[in-house]
Amino acid sequence: MNTVQLISRRRFLALTGMTAGGLVLGASVVGSRPGLAGVLDTAQGQSLNLFVTLSEDGAVDIVAHRSEMGTGIRTSLPQVVADEMEADWSRVRVIQALGDPAYGSQNTDGSRSVRDFYHTMRQMGAAARRLLEQAAAQHWEVPLAECRASQHRVLHSASGRELGFGELAQAASALPMPALDSLPLKAAEDFRYIGTGLEIVDLDDIVTGRAVYGADVVLPEMLYATVARSPWLDGHIASFDAEPARAVSGVKDVVELRAPAGPRGFQPIEGLAVLASNTWSALQGRQALSVSWRDSSHSDHDSASYLDGLESSVRENSGTVVRQRGDVDAALSAASQVVEASYRTPYLAHAPMEPPVATARVSVEGCEVWTCTQNPQAVQAAVAEALDLKPEQVKVHVTLLGGGFGRKSKPDYCVEAARLAAHSGKPVQVVWSREDDIHHDYFHAPCAQYYRAALDDQGAVQAWLARQAATPIGSTFDASVDTLDDGSLSQTFASIPFATPNLRLESLPAPAHARIGWLRSVYNIPFAFGVGSFVDELAHAAGKDPAQMWLDLIGEDRELDFSEEGFEYSNYGRSLADYPYQTGRLKAVLRALLEQIPWGEELPEGQGWGLSLSNSFLSHTAVASKVEVRDGKLRVLEMHGAIDAGRVVNPDRVHAQMEGGMLFGLSLALMGEISFADGQVQQSNFHDYPVVSLAQSPRVIRSHIVTSDAAPSGVGEPPTPPSAPSIANAVFAATGQRIRELPLRKHFTVL
Amino acid sequence: MSSVEFQLNGQPVAIEADPSMPLLWALRENLRMTGTKFGCGMGLCGACTVHVDGVATRSCTLPLQGVAGRSVTTIEGLDPEHPLFAAWVEHKVPQCGYCQSGQVMAAAALLAENPSPDRQQVRNALSGNLCRCGTYNRIQNAVLGAAEVGHWEPGAEEEQA
Repeated sequence: MNTVQLISRRRFLALTGMTAGGLVLGASVVGSRPGLAGVLDTAQGQSLNLFVTLSEDGAVDIVAHRSEMGTGIRTSLPQVVADEMEADWSRVRVIQALGDPAYGSQNTDGSRSVRDFYHTMRQMGAAARRLLEQAAAQHWEVPLAECRASQHRVLHSASGRELGFGELAQAASALPMPALDSLPLKAAEDFRYIGTGLEIVDLDDIVTGRAVYGADVVLPEMLYATVARSPWLDGHIASFDAEPARAVSGVKDVVELRAPAGPRGFQPIEGLAVLASNTWSALQGRQALSVSWRDSSHSDHDSASYLDGLESSVRENSGTVVRQRGDVDAALSAASQVVEASYRTPYLAHAPMEPPVATARVSVEGCEVWTCTQNPQAVQAAVAEALDLKPEQVKVHVTLLGGGFGRKSKPDYCVEAARLAAHSGKPVQVVWSREDDIHHDYFHAPCAQYYRAALDDQGAVQAWLARQAATPIGSTFDASVDTLDDGSLSQTFASIPFATPNLRLESLPAPAHARIGWLRSVYNIPFAFGVGSFVDELAHAAGKDPAQMWLDLIGEDRELDFSEEGFEYSNYGRSLADYPYQTGRLKAVLRALLEQIPWGEELPEGQGWGLSLSNSFLSHTAVASKVEVRDGKLRVLEMHGAIDAGRVVNPDRVHAQMEGGMLFGLSLALMGEISFADGQVQQSNFHDYPVVSLAQSPRVIRSHIVTSDAAPSGVGEPPTPPSAPSIANAVFAATGQRIRELPLRKHFTVL
Repeated sequence: MSSVEFQLNGQPVAIEADPSMPLLWALRENLRMTGTKFGCGMGLCGACTVHVDGVATRSCTLPLQGVAGRSVTTIEGLDPEHPLFAAWVEHKVPQCGYCQSGQVMAAAALLAENPSPDRQQVRNALSGNLCRCGTYNRIQNAVLGAAEVGHWEPGAEEEQA
């Protein structure tokens, strides 16, 4: 349900932090998936839109309400507006929105910026265009139908007259908003920017070092803070000696940050903060602190034995049945061959290149935060909760993000800054070191899976039994939660698209002993690894080409609906009517990939190709990898990906996400592992939590976009899930060695 | 606390600070040159790469006193006409962008030493500059493009969009 809001010009300026003048056209959006609502402020003689401002000199400002963490979203959504508006892109400036529910959801997460806002942005642009055409028609006293906007002008072709957008700004802004649902939108063949690889608006600033990220914010009299946090989950300060820290030059204060009662959520981990006049002093001061911590029920957590336990559990126990078809047990009894395997995947850390950082200032009016956040409204809510304010009293400025991957949609670090600013009376920037980032992440969940399948004498899969135990993200918000919810199970495990006549999927508990959160593609990471590996195992057991095994398992073209098999499929929050899960498109992506690579080629000994296929975030992706293994040394030579993400706004950024998403998957497959002993994370920085380097990245990495005019779907996450299984499958093809536990560097030296 | 004097981007500067403080923090906080980024604090990721007397150096582990009397160049001081800038734009390298000034500085140091590197030399020279977004393929192509070399290897002339 969308809500109409009357938004004044002053409010618009407040929302964007703009100070310049200009006329504002358009409407406001409320609700996480806005249809759109017209807004008019006749008192000031100006039409207002949260997204489009037109100045009399013709300059167009378009608001980016989503966070830029590398996907190019600050470019892609404004380019949709500009296209429908017929604005000249060279005269468009992008303005970053403050956090405010008026925009609808700003949570830049779940690969949904384009899919949730493509239509809205088109309407915003079309509304602006209509007002400009109406203003010109009135000026010339001709029918609206004879006026047409084109590249920053409105043309009257019968008379050859034209008026520039700037000349029409005043008159256009005085007109009532058109009804958005009846606005004509461009035909696809008339798109000027949609579907083109416009360069990102921040490119020059990034390349020259001028771009502003979280830590680049400076406020007068600002203090820098570092926090010594509990080394294990739910730990509390037992005692401390702050004097050695206070003795460090530049240190101003040492402040207890007690964890609030209640769910961990986005509130800070308990810790002791050192405030100083500069970051170095704050770091030195923290090092000088002596703190002892009270044990918690998690201070003996050991991840290796935890994963052993999960693996035993899924191998030996039946779980809660989440989806079922036919009679798996009967089919297994009748099988000519039974194949079984279990897989395990570890904790992972996000490790964005920019660690979390936030700057806050508190006044009698409320709190102002400058930060690299994926979710400014969550910052508002969490800071408001911590400081006993209303969310609207928390003003959040969003900087560029030096990577996010899900970490920066959790604003615990912003709350630290806000609490310290409230305590000290001065602006405070909380700086996380890399060690802080690795030790105190919202970790990607460890997972164990067990698969058992029946093959008949033709090599067809007659039964598919799968069990999983993965630590639930829900535990972060309710400590009693120990099993995955349907939304998590919908990420590959329970949404497998197989036509197998008998199928049973079971879920087992995995109680949390660490703070768990979502990381790029979330539960699709372990489940695509399990499913993608097991399909490959079945292919080899059946003597089939793995690509053919995928096609056979998926079966005929159809639209999937799991409700009759007892599973409430989340479909990433969208209805199956809007976004049907079509097996034909999934298979087409695999076929498109196979056309890009010499699949089946003769290779030297020690080399192999592997592939995997995935549906996630409403998109279909396939990845093939070529590896070489010699003397226990593994090198990934090539990675190729194909994606069907529906209509693509900026193909260059989709290619960039494909390249990056595959490398993210490569990184976790080769070397991603966080382990715990005595409740504490064993890794600390890039030497022991390595991420893939240039020298380790494949010499050939290519992506292919399957052309589609279907509704836009996710791009940022879908390239990652099929990457790890494609590599493990390639290792099997190269060596005959089946790797069922990530990362691969447990088994090989990774070159 | 003492004063450390050095050349920054061609200009003399003097900084009153703990001489054991890493150069990175002096650049960012004393001089407000924020193009140089903090990534790891251990010289492991390269986000803080600057040139010290022309050599690519990790400023997060180099004590301020280590640059006394020396010449430091940051991304802000790199010649705006340097072909790497145009190449970076042409290849649309950045995603989040955070590591990119370090990447450009590492590449500039490489090209100063070896104006015509081949792909393997680029891979080796920049392998200490991590990019979590995965822009490596485009980084290689941009550096090779900037070098205007003909060392594009068969089958590896990447391409994308």
